[in-house]
Amino acid sequence: MAELTMIEAINLALRQEMEKDESVFVLGEDVGYEGGIFRTTENLYDQFGKERVMDTPMAESAILGMSLGMAVYGLKPVCEMQFSGFSYFGFHQMESQVARMRWRSRGRYTVPMVCRMPYGGGVRALEHHSESREVYYAHTPGLKIVIPSGPRNARALLVSAIRDPDPVIFFEGKSIYRSFREEVPDEEETLPIGESQVVREGGDLTMITYGALTHRALEAAETLSEEDGIEAEVIDLLTISPLDDRKLSESVRKTGRVVIVHEAHRSFGPGAEIIARINEKSFFYLEAPIQRVTGYDVITPYFAREQDYIPDTSRILQGARQALSA
Amino acid sequence: MPRKKIKLDHQIENLSILNEKGKLDKDLVPEIDDKTLLRMHRTMVLSRRFDEHQLRWQRQGRIGTFAPAKGQEASQVGSIAAIEPSDWMVPSFRETTAAIWRGTPLTGLLLYNAGYNEGGRIPDDQNDLPIAIPVASQISHAVGIAYAMKCRGEKHLAMTYFGDGATSEGDFHEGLNLAQVYNTPTVFICQNNQWAISTPREIQTRTKTLAQKALAYGMPGLQVDGNDLLAVYAATREAADRARKGDGPTLIECVTYRIEVHTTADDPSKYRSEEEVEAWKKRDPIVRFERYLKTKKLLSDDDIEGIDEEVIKEVKGAWKEAEDQMKQLGDPVDMFDHLYAERPPYLEEQRQDMKQSLEARRG
Repeated sequence: MAELTMIEAINLALRQEMEKDESVFVLGEDVGYEGGIFRTTENLYDQFGKERVMDTPMAESAILGMSLGMAVYGLKPVCEMQFSGFSYFGFHQMESQVARMRWRSRGRYTVPMVCRMPYGGGVRALEHHSESREVYYAHTPGLKIVIPSGPRNARALLVSAIRDPDPVIFFEGKSIYRSFREEVPDEEETLPIGESQVVREGGDLTMITYGALTHRALEAAETLSEEDGIEAEVIDLLTISPLDDRKLSESVRKTGRVVIVHEAHRSFGPGAEIIARINEKSFFYLEAPIQRVTGYDVITPYFAREQDYIPDTSRILQGARQALSA
Repeated sequence: MPRKKIKLDHQIENLSILNEKGKLDKDLVPEIDDKTLLRMHRTMVLSRRFDEHQLRWQRQGRIGTFAPAKGQEASQVGSIAAIEPSDWMVPSFRETTAAIWRGTPLTGLLLYNAGYNEGGRIPDDQNDLPIAIPVASQISHAVGIAYAMKCRGEKHLAMTYFGDGATSEGDFHEGLNLAQVYNTPTVFICQNNQWAISTPREIQTRTKTLAQKALAYGMPGLQVDGNDLLAVYAATREAADRARKGDGPTLIECVTYRIEVHTTADDPSKYRSEEEVEAWKKRDPIVRFERYLKTKKLLSDDDIEGIDEEVIKEVKGAWKEAEDQMKQLGDPVDMFDHLYAERPPYLEEQRQDMKQSLEARRG
């Protein structure tokens, strides 16, 4: 068991899966010789060679289209979009082709590929480097959307994503790439895609979040406990689509109060869908309107002001107290 | 420091073997056995009659929008016949003739054109991707398949079809570029049929040929008379051999013409002249090939008539069969199938919702 950053944990998952299964390939811009601009693919090039760890031209659309072809032919490509903000060059491949191939071919062809992309703010980057737009993809039938919140679950979920028979988009929160370490077992570990986790138990309030913001939500929950004597249950979604609404319902039925925390824009964001699901399944258990603490509906601001845009613990506390007040 | 010409790796050539007047360049004739020549002919005639019947059925409202291949039969059969069944075909949406050659049943094509997903399923023994509608989006799939073949040390290749309009899309550029960078066994068949809906070839690009676009990627490119089946076959054979030998991809521009509509949803008389269409009809690829087979004593006028009757019977029979199949198909809840390997709970809930609504509607 080693203490790893999320970068190292992702690297471990890739390395072990490539060792185990020679059909696993890695491709993307600067992922080979350079080892990835964030170092997630470090040393893979030396170990597995340029045929399996492919430095590609700057061509997001062809990276995705080529991955589709490789996957149809039986390989398991893990491609990388350098930043999610640049993935739109390839959006039509994802929407028109990757997501549809199984359905269009009536199950004759499958696309067991993973597309990794760093998302979200917090690293003082330039425009287009800090967005959290997972709903673009979550709105697309045929895709699965996974967002880990730390080294250990990132490793386990990435292994599951690589082995999944369907295309998985794997969003990695840049702000937690190196911000903390966690024990990650060397032996194999997987986590089921489509299942969320209760990361803090409590009976007074349900806090639903995912990705990098899970840590801020947990901090806010501790403050609530200390200052208000309120015990919040924190749910880390881990998978955005398919959404684990059963676990959400269980918690909501217990607490009757909900606050949703995400970095993505509010309108038509993940929170909107989560509220709809709770309304459909557990409306009569609610004791107060559900609160959303999210990024605002503005273009993600440049980094000097990004911390005013991304929900912080004080905004989360505000939202939580609002949900508790009614 | 003089200003010097840079010599490029390749030159662009044009290949014609059997011209519209029936003149044959004997030195260039590719080796094709008689049985294959006759199968090529029959496939073209079948495709032609199938198109004509489908057009009628579309006007009658029996099937929906489709893209006829009429006029492009030689550029499709000539290319597809030059690769093996173990090679992969990655089509766009106008490759009816090529699909028939590969073994796709007419009933499947009819079901597809009648709006049933089931028609899009490729038979299990056929290495073809399904129809891809967004222009040029299939090109990089062929590159990925070819790359996988190469990594596995197989001697297969992937061949993809697209039109002149596709050469303006970013996916064309990205796909060809990656193919050359990774030296994949890919054959790119551009069917330059002169029109992208209403947009003529000269608005698509100002380059003299489409084949020369290959030069920008360091790839060999060849322009062929697309209505000359022998030339298309010879060019594709050469490209396929190169791919199999590990010498990488090739772009082939087949200069041909879309005699019919783009799809049944447009009216070409609004954007192109009757004279132009008539001039191209004189270069009909089937007429040209029939004349060649007649001089080779492989076909007589009687034979041609017989084949025509036979394929029309086949086309009509396929419609009957498709109609029968449509009666069996069409449980709408099937739309929930094949989205994921395992249906997630929320989708199963929606599927049950749909079932209930359908039952309520039926009363």
